[in-house]
Amino acid sequence: MHELPQQLANGLILGAMYGLIAIGYTMVYGIVQLINFAHGEIFMVGGFGALTAHLILPAGTGLLLALPLMILGGILAAVAVGVAAERFAYRPLRNAPRLAPLITAIGLSIALQQAIWKWYPDAKKARVFPQFKGDSIEILGATVQRGEIFLLVAAPLCMLALGLFVARTRTGRGMQATAQDPDTARLMGINTDRIIVIAFAIGAAFAAIAAVAHGLKYGQVDFRMGFITGLKAFTAAVLGGIGNIYGAMLGGVVLGVAEALATGYIEEIPGMTQFGGGSWKDVWAFVLLILVLLLRPQGLLGERVADRA
Amino acid sequence: MRHHSLLLLTTAITTGALTLSACGSRDDKGSDSDDGGKKTTVTIGLDAPLTGDLSALGQGIKNSAHLAITNANKNKEVPGVTFEFSPLDDQAQPTSGQQNTTKLAGDKNVVGIVGPLNSSVAQSMQQVAQANNVALISPANTTPDLTQGKDWKENNRKRQFSTYFRTATTDEVQGAFGGQYAYEHIKAKTVYVIDDQKTYGVGLAAAFSAKFTALGGKIVGTEHVNPEDRDFKAIVSKAKSTNPDLIFYGGEYPAAAPLSQQLKDGGLKAPLMGGDGMYSGDYITLNKKSAGDYATSVGKPVEQLDSAKKFIADYKAAGYKDRYEAYGGSTYDATWAIIQAVKAVVSENGGKLPTDARAKVVQALNKVSFDGVTGRVSFDQYGDTTNTMITAYQVDATAWKARHSAEYKR
Repeated sequence: MHELPQQLANGLILGAMYGLIAIGYTMVYGIVQLINFAHGEIFMVGGFGALTAHLILPAGTGLLLALPLMILGGILAAVAVGVAAERFAYRPLRNAPRLAPLITAIGLSIALQQAIWKWYPDAKKARVFPQFKGDSIEILGATVQRGEIFLLVAAPLCMLALGLFVARTRTGRGMQATAQDPDTARLMGINTDRIIVIAFAIGAAFAAIAAVAHGLKYGQVDFRMGFITGLKAFTAAVLGGIGNIYGAMLGGVVLGVAEALATGYIEEIPGMTQFGGGSWKDVWAFVLLILVLLLRPQGLLGERVADRA
Repeated sequence: MRHHSLLLLTTAITTGALTLSACGSRDDKGSDSDDGGKKTTVTIGLDAPLTGDLSALGQGIKNSAHLAITNANKNKEVPGVTFEFSPLDDQAQPTSGQQNTTKLAGDKNVVGIVGPLNSSVAQSMQQVAQANNVALISPANTTPDLTQGKDWKENNRKRQFSTYFRTATTDEVQGAFGGQYAYEHIKAKTVYVIDDQKTYGVGLAAAFSAKFTALGGKIVGTEHVNPEDRDFKAIVSKAKSTNPDLIFYGGEYPAAAPLSQQLKDGGLKAPLMGGDGMYSGDYITLNKKSAGDYATSVGKPVEQLDSAKKFIADYKAAGYKDRYEAYGGSTYDATWAIIQAVKAVVSENGGKLPTDARAKVVQALNKVSFDGVTGRVSFDQYGDTTNTMITAYQVDATAWKARHSAEYKR
């Protein structure tokens, strides 16, 4: 098991990014039971928002200085799209059969991809995203890229803030109440429409932060980056227990680590050589998902929801 | 539980299906203009990835073909015949490539098609082109199977399609050249080999490995990635533990750029080497740590060829937005080959386009021979180019620099 600390770090970093995006899936699902398949594209729009902010700034601005503005730009773009999607695509369908909002979400996902493809300058191919200069850093026997430190700082901070927000504030408690029973929550005077918009906005903001991290890590953003990453984040949300915010982060990290370990070590198991390596990592990640769902259908941290329907 | 599982299943299936269906062709420009009377108009079709990851290469191909057609029309290369251009976008998808071929073949005016870029796309186009007897000339396909059949490794070569030609030399030649260059010039003794599981990447990596081990080098590890992957850190960690002199990647620049960067971030000193799929200016813009990496590409660098001076000047003068990239010269030659074939057919037929022009053009292509941008252009008994010149390039700070060119003999 050579390079184990490195592989664990690789998985943790990738997983933290999945987790940040998974928050958006899980919050929206927890409150309106909608799988927002356009969330991967909201992540992508966040990346382009951050890039736009960087392009607007005068050339030569230090990246550390520009970073807060890029995060802000990403969040603005992603939240605007997320809230607009809720208002114009999902709200009119709130009482429609469940398949209608789902198909809408898929349609919206394609529309957002094509909109960026068509109208963002030069976005028909990958666009270069700014990266930190300098060499990578050694932490506990693992090499970590400078851009990844942003993710390692941002992900726990975001989780902490979200946890406090949901548990301590009035709006957060309103969210919990709406998730438990929207009708009763409304009777108790909670503006559920507002709560739902806030859930979409928080999810979009987290996706934008993940998108900035993605850009810093890989040095590029492109109009298709939301699809695969979004699918992985959705898997993470299901793995962790959809509806549970801590589950989303845990699911992301478990998925990321599983991918890294599968790439690194499956082929060292005697007789499994041909099932190892990068090409099989997704297969193993989904095998893990199936196993977890067989043993714990509600996901790692999901609560067994009493039948409401 | 409500319908969770059903919901999850449906979503998974729908999204899966979507990836396939979301890539239809976008550019639709009908080109049916008959001036009526003396002037004959024929169309040269083109299929390349004009959008998406590989669009840098694709746009270079489109512009270079356009340039050849413009020059032919301007100089009245074929008296009495005007060429039109019908470029279609395949987004590097075999399904789109096939649809485009069907569409072009359905147009009676189309005498030949230039393209595609990707070997995997070519596989889906060859049958359609053959069935419609329309010539298909790729400036960039390098997989040997396309012309010589899958048994070429056993030297049991057989022409696959009488309508398929290419002006790019094969991976057998390019990969072997790469293996030899790595061993003799880079002086690498150990190599870690990665491919992207696509037709091109696997073939190139195999040809490279075969030559490199035959010379006495050692492959210390192999790995396969998905072409859409951008995170290779787990693979980097694995490669690092084998401490290779060189890492070889069979694949294209959209994945190669982050791979190279992550290799260097992960602490590997060894350079990355690849084939013509990596030889793009975008590889350097997308990868801040590309300095020192190698790529091979077919032909001599067009900048070094006297025959290419006019092409470069014309390309600049035409003011195209994108660079001509790796396949500009070979595309110009491929397009020019069709134009020359039409010329031969027309002059044989007394200055008129015969009714079975497509079949005649295919026959004429086998005999075509002229001095093109990349050198002498002619095709052998398999439809492959007879020009086996390959060049090794290295990233020198901010640009690809040619290091070594040679004719490769089988």
